[in-house]
Amino acid sequence: MRFDSITLLAIVLMAFATYATRAGGLWLASRFDLSERAGAWLDQIPGAILVSLVAPTVLTGGPAEVFAALAVVIVALRTGSLPAAMVTGVGTVLVLRALEANLL
Amino acid sequence: MLQENTSGTEGRITFTLAGALAGARRCFPIAISGCGIGLVFGTLAGQAGLGAGEAALMSALVFSGAAQFVVLGFWTSSPLPVATIVLTTLVVGLRHVLMGAALGPVFSKLPRREAYGSVFFMADENWALTMGEFAKGRRDAAFLLGGGLLMFLAWTGSTFAGGALGGAVEDPARWGLDFAFTAVFLALIAGMWKGRSNILPWTVAAAVAVAAQHFLPGQWYILLGGLAGSFAGVVRRAL
Repeated sequence: MRFDSITLLAIVLMAFATYATRAGGLWLASRFDLSERAGAWLDQIPGAILVSLVAPTVLTGGPAEVFAALAVVIVALRTGSLPAAMVTGVGTVLVLRALEANLL
Repeated sequence: MLQENTSGTEGRITFTLAGALAGARRCFPIAISGCGIGLVFGTLAGQAGLGAGEAALMSALVFSGAAQFVVLGFWTSSPLPVATIVLTTLVVGLRHVLMGAALGPVFSKLPRREAYGSVFFMADENWALTMGEFAKGRRDAAFLLGGGLLMFLAWTGSTFAGGALGGAVEDPARWGLDFAFTAVFLALIAGMWKGRSNILPWTVAAAVAVAAQHFLPGQWYILLGGLAGSFAGVVRRAL
C-alpha cells in the first residue's frame, strides 16, 4: 500500500484543523458566551461553501450539466439518498452528453 | 441560542457504558447509510489519485465527510496545495465550533479526558441525537461517544472498500464520473435546504464563486464564495 509523504502531511494537518474546531467550541463555551450572531454565521458556512463548489460547474457548463444538476436535486429531495442522487446525476450527464455529441 | 441549552443542567451528569451503547443503537441506521457515503467518498478519492489506505487514513483522522469531499478536488492539482487544503478544512469545520459550544453546558462538567476525547467523534448526526437526549433531560454524556465510534468504524471501513474499488476505473469523464463530485455536493445542498432564508446567501455564494473562478487563479473561489454567502446570510437575518 502506497503512502505519499505530502499527502500524509496534508491529512495530518487536516486532522489538527478539524479537531481544533471540535475542541474549540467546547473550550470557548467553558469560558465565554458565544454571541447569537456569531452562531448564525457559523451555521451558514457549510451550505455557502458547497454552493460555491458547484456553481462554476453547473452555471457555466453546457445543457447536459444543467439538466443533470436538476435531476440530482429532484432525486435528492424526493429520496434523501446520496448514492441514488449521485447515480442519477452521473447517468443523466452520460446520456445527455452522448445525445449532444450525436446531434451536433 | 446557547442560553436555551444551559437550562436544565441540574441533573446528575454521567458517562457510562450503557449510555455509549444507547448512543450506538440510535446511530445504527445513520452508520449504515454512512457506509454508502463512505463507499462514494473512497471511490472519488481513488479517482482523485489517493490510495485506498490514504483515503481510509483521512477518514480516520479527519472524520468529517463535508471537509473530506470538499478538499478532494484539490488533489488533482500538482504540487498539492497543502495550505489551501488545511485552510479549507478549517473553514468547513467552523460549524463544529458552534456544535461543541452547544455541548458545553453538559460536557464542561465532565473530566477533561472524557470531554475532549468524545468531541473527536462529534459529527452532525450523533451531535444532533445527543442534543435531543439532553433536551429530554437524559444526562449520559457517553451517548455522543457511542454513536460517534460506530459511525467512525462505518465511515473508515467503507472508505477503504470504496477506495479499493474506485481506483480500478480509468478515464472517469468517459463514464460521466467527473460529474459525480458535483452530484454529491448538489445532493448535500438539497439536504441543507431550509426554505426561502437560503435563497439570498446561496445566490451570493454562487455569484461570487463564478466571478472568482473566472478572475482568480487556483481554488480561491470556494473560500471567497463561502465567506461572501455566509456573511450575506447573517446580514439578511439582521435586517
